[in-house]
Amino acid sequence: MSTTLDENVNRRDVIHIAAAAVVGVGAAAFLWPLIDQMNPDASTLSFASIEVDLSPIQPGQAITVMWRGKPVFIRNRTPEEIKASQDTKLEDLPDPIARVLGPDWGSAPGSDEGRTKKGHENWLVVIGVCTHLGCIPKGQKAGEPKGEFGGWFCTCHGSQYDTAARIRKGPAPRNLDIPPYNFMTDTKIKIG
Amino acid sequence: MSHHSTYQPSTGFTRWLDSRLPILRFVDDTLTTFPTPKNLNYWWVFGGILAVCLALQIVTGIIMAMHYAPNTLVAFDTIEKFVRDGNFGWLMRYMHAVGATMFFFAVYIHMGRGLYYGSYMAPREILWIIGVLIFLAMMATAFMGYSLVWGNMSLWAVTVITNFFQSLDTIYQGLGTTLVEWIRGDFSVSNVSLNRLYSLHYLVPFIIVGLVVLHVWALHVPGNNNPSGVEVQNPETETLPFHPYYTVKDGYAIAAFLILFAFILFWLPNYFSHPDNYVTADPLSTPAHITPEWYFLAFYALLKAVPSQLGGVVAMFASIIVLFFVPWLDTSPVKSGKHRSFIFKLAFWMLIFSFLALSYLGAKSPEGWYVWLSRVFMGYYFAYFLLLLPLMGLFQKTSQQPASIEKSVS
Repeated sequence: MSTTLDENVNRRDVIHIAAAAVVGVGAAAFLWPLIDQMNPDASTLSFASIEVDLSPIQPGQAITVMWRGKPVFIRNRTPEEIKASQDTKLEDLPDPIARVLGPDWGSAPGSDEGRTKKGHENWLVVIGVCTHLGCIPKGQKAGEPKGEFGGWFCTCHGSQYDTAARIRKGPAPRNLDIPPYNFMTDTKIKIG
Repeated sequence: MSHHSTYQPSTGFTRWLDSRLPILRFVDDTLTTFPTPKNLNYWWVFGGILAVCLALQIVTGIIMAMHYAPNTLVAFDTIEKFVRDGNFGWLMRYMHAVGATMFFFAVYIHMGRGLYYGSYMAPREILWIIGVLIFLAMMATAFMGYSLVWGNMSLWAVTVITNFFQSLDTIYQGLGTTLVEWIRGDFSVSNVSLNRLYSLHYLVPFIIVGLVVLHVWALHVPGNNNPSGVEVQNPETETLPFHPYYTVKDGYAIAAFLILFAFILFWLPNYFSHPDNYVTADPLSTPAHITPEWYFLAFYALLKAVPSQLGGVVAMFASIIVLFFVPWLDTSPVKSGKHRSFIFKLAFWMLIFSFLALSYLGAKSPEGWYVWLSRVFMGYYFAYFLLLLPLMGLFQKTSQQPASIEKSVS
């Protein structure tokens, strides 16, 4: 086996390349802690899920809880509100997608079934942040405007949501997001 | 040394930029083509090391500030929380704390280099004075940073240091008290004090950056001193371009320095700190043995060596002020200690020994022979600058000095 030596490459080039490579890899490795220190730390991540007791909420009432620093609306819907939502056709919705945070966020159909849990259709759990520019829509408290569709009304820019918190009118592009949650018992949910 | 720029912009864009903002020319002149004496030894690598230290302290400091709250109720806990829960919080915090130690370690060698090789002498007096200003700013920054931890040592260090100014009461009744309360913003060291310490701890490092720019500027007018102490006479034969010769050499030294840094950081992160500073600040209990960080111990020894409140403070400040005058206190016609008399070499190393001895004594409780030894070494420290340097120069013969850098190395 014969090898040919390139006259222009010498041993010093190898040292230069090796030294530069070590410095480069070292600098890149050192950069990661400097970046990662800004990520949410372990104590922040430990607050990633919360449990909520639903038993005090009467039909027609709603509460707001904090989850990951954002308001979560939990409404115990009346039969009329459920019916109004179930009777709405998907083609009438500006955003016919369920918007449940998770892998199916952009695909599952936004029917009333898609927005609630089977057997717990009276409970609606949504993140109370308007999908337009992030205001908190009105409609949680008695006396607040609920908009033309009986759900929520964002007073910032006039977005109107129905009783399944789906966008019906106004500038918001999407339905309110639904956080991942499970019923632990009939009256207790775990969000996150 | 000042040299005619040899920068040639090679592309259309760099030519356009060069006639508007010649920043690439500046980088080329200062970091690439700058003619550097070819005989620099390894004592000359600490300038580059210190630049790395400053950059690391600023980067890790900005990060610490993202996770810190300067409030006496939570300050200690925010640091501990970052160390325990934060992503790489332990690394950032200890890099910053150990970084201070490494910074002072390097600066003391850098200053010792200057004292031995006469780097402060004409035409480098301004360069030296800016260096002493940087040292003062470093001391202020390190002290204020230590206070932010808000451990019990932090609190009592701030109490003691701010009380320095109390001694002015012996000159004019009420002056010291007024000044101390102005510094603290309170009758004692409190939350108000902590807030201003935080603000200034963030500010002063950027003043140091500005001073470093001036330091490098002042260096690049006369150029580097060198071990022979003889100025460059023929740049063709006696200097080398900074890059690659000194970038590589400094880079090698920086790598070696960082290995030592990493060893302390990963194996002995708390070696240079004090357990009492892991106790939250308590205004009702002073730690039994209150000592500063190691890099202040020599100055602390001076404070304790003088049996008078005002006198101790004056001795401490004078020990640094005297450095400003070294360029004029040294009367020697020869710069480099290498080519000075045996007496100078002995006197110099006794100065280094005195500083180390004072650092040792600074950690001892101020009683018995510790105090007397402190006084002896303090006496020598001042005698070196105020008596020996002016007198030794009078007996120094120039003939011991080589005629040129070229002659000194061949």
